[in-house]
Amino acid sequence: MGKASGTRGAYWPVLFILLTLLLSCQRQQGGLSVVGSTSVEPFAEALAEEYMIHHQQEKIFVQGGGSSAGIQAVRTGAAEVGMSSRNLLDSEKDLVAVPIIYDAIAVIVHPDNPLKGLTLEQVRKIFSAELTRWNELGGRKHPITLVTREEGSGTREAFQKMIMGSTEISLSALVQDSNGAIRQVVADDRNAIGYISLGLVNERVRALAIDEIEASVENIQQRRYKIVRPFLFVFKSSPQGLARNFLDYILSPAGQKLLVQEGLVSMNPLPESRKEARR
Amino acid sequence: MFREKVLEKSFLLIALSSISILALIAFFIFQQGIPLMWKVGPNSFLLGDRWFPSKESFGIFPMIVGSFWVTLGSLVVGVPLGVACAIFLCELTPPAIAMVLRPMIQLLAAIPSVIYGFWGLIVLVPIIRDSLGGPGLSILAGSLVLGIMILPTIISIAEDSLRALPRSYKEGALSLGATHWQTIWRVLLPAARSGIASSVILGMGRAIGETMAMIMILGNAAQMPHSILDSARTLTTNIGIEMGYASGDHRQALFATGVVLFFIIMALNSLALFLSRRRRA
Repeated sequence: MGKASGTRGAYWPVLFILLTLLLSCQRQQGGLSVVGSTSVEPFAEALAEEYMIHHQQEKIFVQGGGSSAGIQAVRTGAAEVGMSSRNLLDSEKDLVAVPIIYDAIAVIVHPDNPLKGLTLEQVRKIFSAELTRWNELGGRKHPITLVTREEGSGTREAFQKMIMGSTEISLSALVQDSNGAIRQVVADDRNAIGYISLGLVNERVRALAIDEIEASVENIQQRRYKIVRPFLFVFKSSPQGLARNFLDYILSPAGQKLLVQEGLVSMNPLPESRKEARR
Repeated sequence: MFREKVLEKSFLLIALSSISILALIAFFIFQQGIPLMWKVGPNSFLLGDRWFPSKESFGIFPMIVGSFWVTLGSLVVGVPLGVACAIFLCELTPPAIAMVLRPMIQLLAAIPSVIYGFWGLIVLVPIIRDSLGGPGLSILAGSLVLGIMILPTIISIAEDSLRALPRSYKEGALSLGATHWQTIWRVLLPAARSGIASSVILGMGRAIGETMAMIMILGNAAQMPHSILDSARTLTTNIGIEMGYASGDHRQALFATGVVLFFIIMALNSLALFLSRRRRA
């Protein structure tokens, strides 16, 4: 009896040492850190989880912080992989960017809004506050509440480039710092209009057709719906080792399928969408 | 003897290290922010009304105005309530009830600001949108929430300063035939005014610095607000909402916004310190 309890007691230090070894192993290996855009983060997390199920000894850490923060982290070496939902600036062109998937931007309104679609020109005029009331567009007699992302956001940059052109988004627009927050505001306000990733559109908001083209996966793959942007993985130089394996997994049919399930749009097998990293 | 010297010096070192961290933060903010302010020109940075960092246009005047209105609004809500509450706790309530009320008021300070923001967004904003119009995310909503958030600061400091008055003030007034209310209004409040003023200023500092709740409630439009139903952006929310994606000049412009905030808060704290010194003197 006494002997048994003695043996049981002796387990603890062993267990402790094993645990410590385990932890130190993990730290030594370090794993892959993936940092950047909050638009890409949830998808990268799903991918990393899936990847780690198949490669149990490898660790991938995904962190948000924003496109610029991610690119900065890659430059300083704080992270091996940056996630960006905007294209690289000229000053960042020394880094290697690989598009992993494409995301469409949907213009959304409250489900009660009678409008079914707008022209690109009308969207531009709405967001530059040239048109300020819904009845000017055949809707209800209410002022339009604009909702936009903050300056520096990849979604805003893409929207600016693809819809607004050189016209500014009005300063009177409400500014929210995430796709989810914009969806929340638009879902609550019958007079609101905003834009978010197509993958995040749910039943609480409605995506408008632009120039009579619905924002659907089919229309995007056939290049009819034009408001589409790439999600990039950014590397300091051509990726090696775990980073390479992870990227290959994402670009593989399995990885792409997972992303498509999450509401993103794979351009494969269309050729120009897959720019291989410079080796 | 020697031991005491060692202890004394090490405590000095610890005290200095906390100050030096403050100095480092200040140095870093200035080092990051001042060059941009200089590049843009202090005038067009402080008084410009167009904020388009991607187009190199950095004008934070709407944010200064936004901070001003939201803070003023929160004081309009918070000061009468807070001072009235301090008077009630100090003069009008039986000690047993005050014993219950006081910890509950302190608890207000313990609620995280994101909870205030969430409450404002879910409860207050729809009410304002449906009954008064506009987007609901507005200066009015922000002021109401912020007014509640600064209550604990105002109540506790105002109450302390009322309690610190010599008993003879009250006794003298009452013995001269003044009613209880006349005593409070004509004698106690004027005597405690510098303490109450510093409670207001500390509450103001809290209001100007609040970020999370304001990001959620104000709507963050970088425009010059025209009415209390308009959305606005404060100096703190300007930093909070854009720091995630800012780089280069944009990032520095946010630090420069921090510099402006730094000066405003330094000025307010010095004023509070000055007023509380005068009270003691």
